[in-house]
Amino acid sequence: MTPTASSVLGKDLLGLEHLSAEQINVILDTAGPLKEISERAIKKVPTLRGATVVNLFFEASTRTRISFEFAEKRLSADTVNVASSGSSISKGETLVDTARNLEAMRIDMVVIRHHASGAAKFLAERIESNVINAGDGTHEHPTQGLLDLLTLRDKLGDLRGKRICICGDVLHSRVARSNIWGLTKLGAEVAVCGPRSLLPNAIGEMGVQVFDRIEQAIEWADALNVLRLQLERMQAGYIPSLREYNRVFGVTSERLDRAPRDILILHPGPMNRGVEIDSDVADGPHSVILDQVTNGVAVRMAVLYLLAGNKPTLATAARGDA
Amino acid sequence: MRRQAYYIPEMPPTSSIVLSAKSLERTVSRMADEILERNDGAEELILVGIQRRGVQIAARIAELIKDRDGATVPLGALDITLYRDDLQTVGPRPVVGRTDLPGDLEGKRVVIVDDVLFTGRTIRAALDELADFGRPARVGLAVLIDRGGRELPIQPDVVGKHVEVPLGGRVDVFISELDGRDEVVLNVMERT
Repeated sequence: MTPTASSVLGKDLLGLEHLSAEQINVILDTAGPLKEISERAIKKVPTLRGATVVNLFFEASTRTRISFEFAEKRLSADTVNVASSGSSISKGETLVDTARNLEAMRIDMVVIRHHASGAAKFLAERIESNVINAGDGTHEHPTQGLLDLLTLRDKLGDLRGKRICICGDVLHSRVARSNIWGLTKLGAEVAVCGPRSLLPNAIGEMGVQVFDRIEQAIEWADALNVLRLQLERMQAGYIPSLREYNRVFGVTSERLDRAPRDILILHPGPMNRGVEIDSDVADGPHSVILDQVTNGVAVRMAVLYLLAGNKPTLATAARGDA
Repeated sequence: MRRQAYYIPEMPPTSSIVLSAKSLERTVSRMADEILERNDGAEELILVGIQRRGVQIAARIAELIKDRDGATVPLGALDITLYRDDLQTVGPRPVVGRTDLPGDLEGKRVVIVDDVLFTGRTIRAALDELADFGRPARVGLAVLIDRGGRELPIQPDVVGKHVEVPLGGRVDVFISELDGRDEVVLNVMERT
């Protein structure tokens, strides 16, 4: 008798907000043993043989798309990449039309990255294929959240009572939102740190502390998740200059030397070295940034494995027909 | 219309012990001897247990081989979940366990160890998975219980005990490392 992963995920993975701690743990527990597959000489298992996965990317992405593609291929799925430029999307086709056309070619799963918050949910309610959100606007990036959780859990053990501070542009960050949901569900204490102009007004309502100074965050935390500062933010007037941002909020080795305990540094990439994080920190002993990348493939394999073949519930199927 | 003449109560399954703790110990001990005999010693031997209870049985056999032969046999664990042929139909996805093989299998004599051999589908999956790790010189199969009912042309080399299982019956293997006791039990649904 094989034990079963009792709490199934349902048809789609749209975000961490509506997952239970138990469901999150099932994904992380599944990702653990899947890491070994990437260490084999033949990095492939036949689990998703015959399944077709479409990677539908309406927004530029290198790391996430490649990571998904590796995950799909290591599970033996057939993959097709659709980017917005050079496809019918650039001719003005709507999201639903694109997806329904793909579905008419009998696909099984869609991985979607879109600049509009809620795009993944919108799509999931209208097609029968499994939908995985690979980042929608400023809403959520659940697989990034999960790989951060896996990395933290590998290094810190049980996350209950552990202190994680998310630093930087929380306002525009779907990574921050998925992290906050996931971490609080697993019982971690969460804080954010950054200029007030880049923190959401109602951030307190998500149950997190706020630090105005990076030194305070470093003194408090077991781990810092340092977000990428998008350079466009400077032109938009959120921060005065990159140099000043680095001086006030940059994670530097001088600052980390004063940490009262071992501290882990995470970064979802791509990094702006010398802005939010200094090179000697990114490449230093505190950094688990490359572990995050390795774990990303395993977490995405786990999500694909757990969702594959799950059918829509009657309620969502009916909504899709409407 | 005919009515049912008798009330037939739901019968609880009857359980009988197939192997007690003592007889399980003797059986595993004989399996270790047979594995040594068939492979003419422990040279180039690797024991690969199938998750879950095959792993513990393989570890016990390795321990016994060390006592008899002085040789330390490398141990591996194989989780075949991702190679199952029924993943599309099983409903909730089975939990994936750890696969951990000791190095290269090229030229080795691999013995797969499992608790119960039934349809043979688990072993088919295990053979496919092993092939992804290299090309052993030989692959054998040792099982604690052979309960018959094969659906694929797969046969064991070393068998602890053959058990006749009637339709609807079930064999449960308990291993002290996981279950707190050593015992093999046959459960049969009474049919009237």
